[in-house]
Amino acid sequence: MSKIPLQFRHNGRDVAIFVEGGTNLLVALRELIGDMTPKFGCGQGGCGTCSVLVDGELHLSCLTLAETVAGRSIETLDGMKQGPNLHPLQRAFADHFAAQCGYCTPGMLMAAKALLNRNPSPSRDEVVEAISGNICRCTGYEPIINAILAAAGGRVSA
Amino acid sequence: MAVTVKTFTSASEAAGALSSDRSARYLGGGTLVMRALNEGDVSISTVVRAQDQALTRIDASGPRITLGAGVTFARILAERDLAFLHAPARSIGGPAVRNMGTVGGNLFAPTPYGDFTVALLALDATVAVQGGFGARDIPIEEFLQARDRQAGTLVLSVSCTRPGSAETFRYRKIARIKPKGGSVITLAAYLPISGGRIAGARIALGSMAPTQIRARAAERALEGRSLDAATIAAAASAATEGTSPSDNALGSAWYRREIVGVHLRRLLSGQD
Repeated sequence: MSKIPLQFRHNGRDVAIFVEGGTNLLVALRELIGDMTPKFGCGQGGCGTCSVLVDGELHLSCLTLAETVAGRSIETLDGMKQGPNLHPLQRAFADHFAAQCGYCTPGMLMAAKALLNRNPSPSRDEVVEAISGNICRCTGYEPIINAILAAAGGRVSA
Repeated sequence: MAVTVKTFTSASEAAGALSSDRSARYLGGGTLVMRALNEGDVSISTVVRAQDQALTRIDASGPRITLGAGVTFARILAERDLAFLHAPARSIGGPAVRNMGTVGGNLFAPTPYGDFTVALLALDATVAVQGGFGARDIPIEEFLQARDRQAGTLVLSVSCTRPGSAETFRYRKIARIKPKGGSVITLAAYLPISGGRIAGARIALGSMAPTQIRARAAERALEGRSLDAATIAAAASAATEGTSPSDNALGSAWYRREIVGVHLRRLLSGQD
C-alpha cells in the first residue's frame, strides 16, 4: 500500500513525512519524527499521556489520524522548554514533586499548558477539570494540582 | 495493518463511499474509530472522512436547534445559546476528548459511552442521515433501535426543540470516578408542565440496555399528573421496566437496576 505524504508544523518547525494509511499522530511523532515526549499509554483515550496541542487545542495524539493534521501546528512537551531553561510549568512540577514515575507527566504538562494558555489564573476546580482526562497512578494528583496553581501564580523559582 | 483513507470534500460523496463498502467506517473525531484501529480491529479496511463545513455547523438561534454531526462537545460548551446541553456535554471525557468527540459519533458510542445521546433521546431529537438511498430524517429512538444497521449511513446532523426552561430539561450522569469516569447509569428527563400537570414527559436512560432507551413506564406514571412526591415515587418504581442492563467493570446489572429508581427520584425532585 502506498504511503501518504504529510506536512505539518512540529514545535514551530516544518516537518514532512510519509505515513501509512491509518497511522495515528502518536506513532508519527515518535517513530517518524523522533519526538519521544508524547507517550503511549492506553491507545483508547482513557489515560491522556499522549496529549499534544493541535492548533493550540488539547488533543489525544493516539486517537488522531495523522493525515488530519496536515498543515496544522502540533505542540508537544519537546517544544516547551525555553532554550536551556525549563518552562515555568516544568519548574513547578519539579519543585512540587509532581512527577514521580514520570509517565503521565508529558500529558499533564500539555493539559496544564492548554489550560494556562486560555486561563492564566485558574481556580483549583478549573485545574482539576483541566487534568481530568489525564491519569496519574503515583502522586494522588495533589502535587500536580499544586504545581499547576504555583506556575499560574508565578510562585515558581525560574 | 494499514487501512485506506478516503477524504472527500462533500458529505454526500463520503456517504456514497460509506454505503458502497461494508468494511468502511466514517472517521469523525477519532475517539471511536481510531481506538478500534489501535486495538487492531481488522473489520475496518477503509476510513472515510469528509471536510464538509456543513457537518460542523451549529444553528442555535431559533426554537429548534441543529448541530452538525461533526460539532465537538467543546464547541457546544462554548455556545451560550446551547446552555441546556452544557451539562451532558461537560459530562463527557476530559478536555481532550471534548475537543475531539462529536455529536454524530456519540450516537454510535457503545455502552458505557454515549451520554450525550441520552440527552438527545429525552429531547426527542431528529437524526438527519444520508445513505445510498439519499438523505432522510429519522426519529432518534428509531435510529438507536436500528443502530447496528446504520453503519453504511452517514449522520449529517441532529436537531431538537429547545426546552422551554431549565427546569423542563434535566440531566444526570452517575459515575464512580470523580471528576470524570464512565457512566454507571445516565438519566435525562424532559418534563413540560402545562397547567400544573406534566404533559408529554420523556425519560431517557443510558447503560440500562444495549442502547440508550426511553423509560416508557416511568413516563406513563408521570403523564397528566403534578410533579409531587407520590407521582415521583410511582415513576421511580417503574424505572426498571423494560430495561436490560448488563454487567461491566463500572457496575453490575443488579446494581444498575437497584439505583436507577433512586436516581430518577432525585432527578425528578430536583435534588443534587
